[in-house]
Amino acid sequence: MADSLLKVRNLEVSARGRKGREFSIVDNISFDVQKGEVIALIGESGSGKTTISLACLGYSRPGCHITGGSVLLDGISLLEQPLPKLQELRGKDITYVAQSAAASFNGAMTINDQVIEMPVITGSATRQDALSKATRLYKELELPDPENIGKRYPHQVSGGQLQRLMAAMAMISDPRLLILDEPTTALDVTTQIEVLHAFKTLIQNHNASAIYVTHDLSLVAQVADHILVLKDGKMVEYGATEQIISVPRNDYTRELMAATHLMPEEFHAPPLVTAQEPPLLDVRNVSAGYGPKHEFIALRGIDLTVKSGETVGVIGESGSGKTTLGRVISGLMNAAKGGVFLNGQRLANHVDRRSRDELRQIQFAFQMADVALNPRQRVNKILSRPIMFYHGLRRSEATREVARLLERVDLPSSFAWRFPPELSGGQRQRVNLARALAARPSLIICDEITSALDTIVAQQILDLLESLQDDLGLSYMFITHDIATVTRISDRIAVMRHGEIVAQGLVDEVLTQDCHEYTQLLLNSVPEMRTDWLDEAVTRRRKLIAALS
Amino acid sequence: MSLLEILGKRLILGAATLLFVSVLVFLGTEILPGDVAHAILGQGATPELVQQIRERLGLNEPLHMRYLVWLGNFLSGDFGTSLANGADIGTEIARRSKNTIILASCTAVIAVPLSVLLGLAAAVKPGGMVDRAISSTSLALISFPDFLVAVVLVTVFAVELRWLPAIASIRPSYDLLDWIRVLILPVTGLTFTILAHMVRMTRSAVLNVLASPAIEMALLKGVPRRRLLLRHALPNALGPIINVVALNLAYLISGVVVIETLFNFPGLGRYMVEAVTNRDVPIVQTCAMIFCSFYVLLNMTADILSIVANPRVRYKK
Repeated sequence: MADSLLKVRNLEVSARGRKGREFSIVDNISFDVQKGEVIALIGESGSGKTTISLACLGYSRPGCHITGGSVLLDGISLLEQPLPKLQELRGKDITYVAQSAAASFNGAMTINDQVIEMPVITGSATRQDALSKATRLYKELELPDPENIGKRYPHQVSGGQLQRLMAAMAMISDPRLLILDEPTTALDVTTQIEVLHAFKTLIQNHNASAIYVTHDLSLVAQVADHILVLKDGKMVEYGATEQIISVPRNDYTRELMAATHLMPEEFHAPPLVTAQEPPLLDVRNVSAGYGPKHEFIALRGIDLTVKSGETVGVIGESGSGKTTLGRVISGLMNAAKGGVFLNGQRLANHVDRRSRDELRQIQFAFQMADVALNPRQRVNKILSRPIMFYHGLRRSEATREVARLLERVDLPSSFAWRFPPELSGGQRQRVNLARALAARPSLIICDEITSALDTIVAQQILDLLESLQDDLGLSYMFITHDIATVTRISDRIAVMRHGEIVAQGLVDEVLTQDCHEYTQLLLNSVPEMRTDWLDEAVTRRRKLIAALS
Repeated sequence: MSLLEILGKRLILGAATLLFVSVLVFLGTEILPGDVAHAILGQGATPELVQQIRERLGLNEPLHMRYLVWLGNFLSGDFGTSLANGADIGTEIARRSKNTIILASCTAVIAVPLSVLLGLAAAVKPGGMVDRAISSTSLALISFPDFLVAVVLVTVFAVELRWLPAIASIRPSYDLLDWIRVLILPVTGLTFTILAHMVRMTRSAVLNVLASPAIEMALLKGVPRRRLLLRHALPNALGPIINVVALNLAYLISGVVVIETLFNFPGLGRYMVEAVTNRDVPIVQTCAMIFCSFYVLLNMTADILSIVANPRVRYKK
């Protein structure tokens, strides 16, 4: 082990807070990247993993600065280079793949112009050579139509393709070090493994070194040689991948392991009450679409029931119509055909024409708690509005009720006087749930309420949902793209694809050996905590895709 | 929606706006106090003469008929004759608009590239010395009314230093050098009034784009600073820049009224001001319509350009 490619020593990064106070966000980080090795930086949001990876490029985001330590690439100190020299290194030796390719590609330039930009402007290749090399990389990354895909603009290709095109952009100058910042997080689950596989093969074929940043331990087990676990900007554990996933030494690592999106060993027990007439919610033959005449079909002939006290999981990828279904049930969108029945009574199509009591019974919890909560209203005001609206309480009574609600969702009652931006993501999601609870509903439609949260926090929210259900007899319609999560808490599930339900029933009825191919595809995308899982999964995926089309 | 459909829609919308504007202009001059016939006759107005003139001018026709006749004449290029001296308005407009267009386009050619450059320079390092100098100067300029700027310029360069003429009247014998000498002060005055707006808009549009993940990506893939700004940031900021440029050019066409009057420059603006004092309604109507058409046309062009500049609209999925 003579000289490692990248040496990071005692790295420290600080940020300036709102009141101009300096605080440290990354503290005393040291690690090495050997030639041909993949190191994973893993941690939750706020752990400083992205900040560290950017520091390895000699970069810090506006508002942050590197205050100490050194980053050496083959003996060159990156933190001491002037910008023009740094730009040369970045174009050639270290390259970067950003989290959201959709946001990181320049919308005003064609893909090829961006992919071959660096070799051409630095003069290391002619335009012709660079183009043919790009085409070879597109082929290697298994992109469709490799000859022509680069002539398009970024908005003309899908998210998964863009992410791979960004990898091609990073590999075009044969870098020695590749930095990948959550490169698959923004993708659909079934696309994710395909892209991950493409990255893995690419790194192996070109014998490059890489730093892989992610929050998902099970994914990183597939690509990394070593794993560095981070918490609050500090190193928690460092070791070989096998060791970290089989015998984690640190408590926090064990906690992360426990919260990964793995399939549960056994499914949720089916509910005891089965004969219930009429069901709490009955969706009968609903079709709906967007556009003035519903011409962009989003839902086709949906039948779904939710009984009181049960959790129904609705699974699908983006564009499957699962959120539209939630919007139709809650009356935010009109159905073109069919009807929604609550306790056997047909509900008006639109929310404006539903009675206050009908509105009260169905509540909606949105995915992005930070967007759904008014940042300029105190939690007390946010929660007392539905209380006063549905139950006609006076302000002082409502304030007492708010304290009870906050207690229900395990938040201190003093939070009533805070503003949403002062809360953490998990706390905001609890307030979001409390707002739905304030109406004392029978059914809460939960639209991806855990997908923006870190795994550990998401697990806590799921636990909260279960305990609320036990205490209050609530029903949930749980909309998500994550089949592992949904099987853990649902009694019954419905699998959606292209606006239709392809399978539904009790969890163990739907997830059988010979279930619908699309369900198999979703199941196949759930990572398993072993290092040889990825290759098998990709092979199975291709067979299933072929069977589906 | 295809590009052609969008463009077609814009064109129809532009035509409709112009039609609406023509109604406003017509009504606006109609409700001005005073009777045209009285204005023409002045002191010697007898009821019979007034009646005669009203008949001759068609003032006894109902309002909507007069509007349609007026609009039809306007569209066919017949602007009528001046009430004051009976001269054909069309010939006069042609002569005067040539002068105004020279003045306005000289200003545009100087002001637009200059302001985009200054805006870019300010955006390179927000909060730096260059940015602060450019931003505070442009803020100071935007707060001065154009007539004050013009008067200061005349006082300094024409009255005190005696380098340039204070009055910009045009003679047919003028050669290029004379034109330049005459135009320097009015052009500078106009530039000052429209520059600040465009500089500030360019700066904020570019800064907005510079904060996007796409620019961070370009920086991290090693794009040099200058290319980052010109090739990556500027094209994405074009939309807002085009719009503010168009708005200012439109302002230029009508804003020349003040400058032309101050410098006694024989352009459209002064023609209109003279007509207003003489209550020469056909001239006022025609000039107003020309100014409004420029506004609508330039804004429509800006809309169309910023649509065309966006590849998301040019190339469908």
